[in-house]
Parts: sequence; C-alpha cells; structure tokens
Amino acid sequence: MKAPETEIQQAVDDPRLQLAIYTATRRLIDHRAGVVSDEVLPHYQDLRNEANAIKKHTIENLDYYLEQLESNVIAHGGNVVFCRTGQEAADFVLDLAKQRGVHMLVKSKSMTSEEIHFNERLEKHHLEAVETDLGEYILQLAHQRPYHIVAPALHLTRYDVADVFTKELGAENEVVIEKQTKFARGVLRQKFLQADIGVSGANFLIADSGAIVVVENEGNARLSTSAPKIHIAIAGIEKVIPRAQDLAVFLNLLGRSATGQPLTVYTSFLSGPRRATEIDGPDEFYLLLLDNGRTKLLEDPEKRQSLYCIRCGACLNHCPVYRKIGGHNYPWVYSGPIGAIITPQFHGVTEDTWLPFASSLCGACAEVCPVKIEIPKLLIKLREEVTEVQRRQGAGDLERFAFRLFAWIATHPKIYLLLASLGSLFFPIVPKIGPLKKWASQRSLPEPANQSFHQYWASRVAARRGSS
Amino acid sequence: MTAREQILGDIRRSLKRAAGEPPLVEAAPLPAPALRVPLTDRNLYADLFGKKFENLGGKFFRVRDAAAVVPAIAELLSQKSAVASNSPFLRKCGITGLPQVHAAFTDRDELKAACAAADIGITSADYALAATGTFVMLSSHNEARLVSLLPPAHIAIFPRSRLLANLDELLSILPRPADQTSSMVLITGPSRTADIEQILVRGVHGPGEIYAVIVDEE
Ligand code: SF4
Repeated sequence: MKAPETEIQQAVDDPRLQLAIYTATRRLIDHRAGVVSDEVLPHYQDLRNEANAIKKHTIENLDYYLEQLESNVIAHGGNVVFCRTGQEAADFVLDLAKQRGVHMLVKSKSMTSEEIHFNERLEKHHLEAVETDLGEYILQLAHQRPYHIVAPALHLTRYDVADVFTKELGAENEVVIEKQTKFARGVLRQKFLQADIGVSGANFLIADSGAIVVVENEGNARLSTSAPKIHIAIAGIEKVIPRAQDLAVFLNLLGRSATGQPLTVYTSFLSGPRRATEIDGPDEFYLLLLDNGRTKLLEDPEKRQSLYCIRCGACLNHCPVYRKIGGHNYPWVYSGPIGAIITPQFHGVTEDTWLPFASSLCGACAEVCPVKIEIPKLLIKLREEVTEVQRRQGAGDLERFAFRLFAWIATHPKIYLLLASLGSLFFPIVPKIGPLKKWASQRSLPEPANQSFHQYWASRVAARRGSS
Repeated sequence: MTAREQILGDIRRSLKRAAGEPPLVEAAPLPAPALRVPLTDRNLYADLFGKKFENLGGKFFRVRDAAAVVPAIAELLSQKSAVASNSPFLRKCGITGLPQVHAAFTDRDELKAACAAADIGITSADYALAATGTFVMLSSHNEARLVSLLPPAHIAIFPRSRLLANLDELLSILPRPADQTSSMVLITGPSRTADIEQILVRGVHGPGEIYAVIVDEE
C-alpha cells in the first residue's frame, strides 16, 4: 500500500489536531525528562543496559523461558493456552464463555488484544466485551482504534467525548472532564460487578513465578482481574522475563519512560487463581500466549531485537514524524517508530513499503528507548529489504539509470561543469513543473549560488597568483 | 500439530535450539539481579514516605502507638461507612470495633457487595516503600483484594517496621511473591487518569482519596 497521502495532508493541515498531538507529546516528553535525569536517577543508563541484556538473553532462549513460565503457571493452579493466531485466542474465549454461560466480559487495556481485533471477533458471536480503561472505552464507543500506545484517546477533546457519550449512551451533554470521568466510572462500575469474565493484557510474564504483571493508573485492570470469577490474560510470547527480581529494572524504566511516573499507580503481580485461604480473586485463571507472527520476527538475529519492546510509547512522543502525522496514519495499531519497524516484519515488507522510509533517521527514538532497540538501524535494514524486493520486481530502473548517468557526468569534468552552469540557470523553475513538483512542494529548496565552487576556487587561485 | 508444538518448534528453528536445551549464556549472558538499596538511616523512611505520599495527593498521619490511631482518623470516619480487612493489626488498633466499620468477611460475594456500598476501605499494608510512597498489598485471608479497590477512599494503617527503602529492597526480601499469594499489588497514589486532554482526574475506577497512618511503636 502507498502512504495515505490525503489523510496525512489532512492531519498536517488540521490545527486543532496538531495542537493536541503537540501538547500531549510535549507533556509526556517533559514528564519523562524529569524522572530520568542524573540527579533523580543516576543509574538510568545502567538500567537501560541491564534491561537490554535481560531481554536479549530471554529472546535468545525464548523456548526455555516459555516452558518454565508454563510449568509455573500450572503449578499455581492456572492454565496456559498457546495461540497461533488471534482467531485461535478468540475461539478459546468464545468456547469458555459458552461453557460457563457468560454473555459479557470486562477488559482492561491491551495492545495485544487490539492487534488481533479481539472485541470484534467476540461481538460477531454476541459476546459483549467492554473496554474499561477510560480512553479505550471512549474509543470503543466511537468505533476508533488507539491513537497512541499509552494515551489511546490523545487526539480527542472534551467536546468530542461529550458528543460520543451523548450519541452512544444518551448521556446529557457534559463537557467538564471530571464529570465525564465520573459518569464513565458509574457506567463501568456496574459492568465490573456484573461480569463473570475479566480479560487483561500483561506487561510482563515472569518465568520463575508463573506470574503476569500488569501496570496501570486507573484501577480498571485490578478490577478486571479481581472482581470476576474468571480471569483471562492475553500476552504476546515475547513478554516473558526470567525472574521476578528483574522487575526492579523494568518497572523502574516503564513508568518513567511512558508517563514520567517512577511507578504507575497500580502494579499487579498475579499468579493463578485465588489460593484456598484467600477471600477474593478469580476461581479460574487462563494465560493465552499469542504468536500471531512473532516467531517470524525471531528469524533474523538482528531484527529480533524488535521483540524487546515494552510498549512505553516514548519513541512515539519523541518522533518528529509521529508528532506531525499522528497515530491513525500508520497502517496498524502500533504507530510511531516501533510501528514502523514491526509492521513490515509482521505483515511482510511488500505491504506498506513506504513505512520504513517515513523517518528522518534523527535517532531520537533510539536515544529514549528504555530497552535500547536500535530503531534507526532496523529502519535502514528494512529499507534495504524493501528496495531489494522492488528491484527484483523491476522497480527503480529509472532511478538506477539516473544514478548511473550522474556517475558518468560526475566523472567527466567538462560535461559536469557545463551541466552545472545550465543547472543553476534552470534550478529555480524545477519545483513548479514536472515530476519533482510534489517532492518540492514539501521542501524549502536552497537557492543556487551565482558562482559554482569550481569557479570560485579558480578565481581565488587566480587572485592569489595576481597578488604575489 | 498442536499450537504449542508449532510455536515452540518455530521458535527453536529460528533460534537453532534443541528441545529441552538449557539457556545459552555465552552470546547473551543474563545479568545477576542488581538490586539497588540505598544506605539510608531507616529512621528517615517514615518522613520520606510521608513526603512522597503527599506529593502523590495522599494524606499522611503518623502516630505514636496503636491507641492513637482511632483518634487520629475519627474525623475521617465520622458519618461514613467503612469496610475493614481482617488484618490483626487493625483489630489491635481498635478499628474493627468501631460501629461504622464492617469487618470479618470470609465470603467473596458478601465482601464484594459490602465494598461496593462502603465509603471507605481500611487495610493494613503488608509493606510500604519509602522512595515512592507505595503500599504493598499481598492478598491473603487477612487482606482481600477489593477492600483497597472498590470504595472511593482507602486508608492503610501499618506499623513503621513495615517500611522498606524501595522496590529493590522489596524484591530482595520477597524474591518470589507468587510462593505466598496469587496477588501482590503495589499502590502508588490515588487512582487517576489523564485520558481526556491530558487533564489529571483522580478516582476514576479505584479510590480517588488515599490515607496512610504509620504507627511508630508496634
Ligand atoms: S521501541 Fe522502545 S521506546 Fe518505543 S515503545 Fe518500545 S520500548 Fe518504548
């Protein structure tokens, strides 16, 4: 697919949207900067190196840690279900709901479930899945996908939210954010108390404990995993880390990188159903381990580092491209720099070929990534792959011819000089006509000097000679 | 082939590993856990906790002994209904004897209904982390999950001895929390959201008001 040029242009030309993206990302950038500085966190770089090393070790031995995780989940009375695809995950949940006579489930925020269109799959079979994170709930009502990995409704204003609540829930038109929040709390509270299944994602899977870790600020993930009788967690297989003690590294990085919090409000460390002596908690626990293309990402030893991502969103906030075009112009639920490197790997480099090129390679993403994924390097590698595929398909012949022609001209000085002086004459009119018109319309081009460097140098040498 | 066999098989093929092979450490060693516990005077933890806790929007009380707890929070509890956990420490502080406090729940559904109706949930945190102003709650027959979650306000009352420096110290004394409980929750501040226009709102799903009472002498 080609880049959605019209939509991108619309986003760029929409001052309200531009302001919303700019303000939100600016705030997230500043909050992060405040909690990773040398004074506040002197060992920040050590933590990043440790996080990278732990992820590298785990991914290089992924089968081992998944089996360890599995046996520990079972030891605590839970169940593990491997799912090749989103369909398999949805089918499992549908089956279970049918067996238990469940018609509605509550869900906390999970990018993995967005990735597999979980809710749509369930709703096709009349199983209602209610998003309970405030932002996700608004988006579900508005039938939109997340705009940002951690701030899903970043692009909406209080007025948009008022419209959604009025249209979808028949609520009074209310534009005070506190009241909107309270209203949503009331609606969702009933859902929490009624639902028999709660579905969550997982930020980490702990192999030595058979546990999942979920971080959040609202309390909806705690409610989804504690109030209903059945808890189902859906997580990508890459989420596993070896030891509970590794959380000292990852929790210290995740909240800081995502929202500038040393720890998010709630960090839940959950293993299996409630134990015999515990008063509350679910009776049944299922961990759905999802592949959905992840094993493909393991094939290339360099590109496999894409699986280290902890979905903090920092690379989005710091990306000049994301900040301009916004989240919905990326082809998949994962936007920004991380989306640009994983989308082509999940969907194949022949899809959305523009994506690895939609970057200025400024390196801001790699600088802030808490697990030190070499995003620009992977973008270049993917560009090579895209170009290689296109070359094999016969594309780019004109471009190659142009470069060969240039090489020939550049190695023939007389012709080069002749063309250069002609070029400086014609250059100013290039943008307005011909095939370069579009390219030039987005760029400010330099004015050609009225003297070429060759001419300047020759006159300088001549002047020296003259004066000595 | 089952999904499990296929996924593990695909992983092993890509990584060139055999089934049952132990982790390889030469190319990608696993660093030893680096738990960073600052060497601070433990006597300073309560003050540090209080400062961090109030920065998050909580209200902090510090009292001398168990007898001083009820007078300290009497005003908070007046005209309110509360649910207390089964923690022996709350009994010792005289919380469970108060007329407006419901306690001694053993049935999940009854507990859930009571928590959903109460104004305040009262617990005794198992640990607290000074560096971040965090409560650590381990689910057990003493502490249910929903007491600190469903009511709009949460009070945690605990002796000073339960204060730890930070997350790293917690993980050094509890290296495998799952051995003890199905649920360990770290609570750092009141429930909050910034999902609409990045404006901070407290109390979206969990308690919007939180209180800590640290008791100096056990
Ligand atoms: S790639 Fe790095 S910075 Fe981007 S979301 Fe993932 S962990 Fe965060």
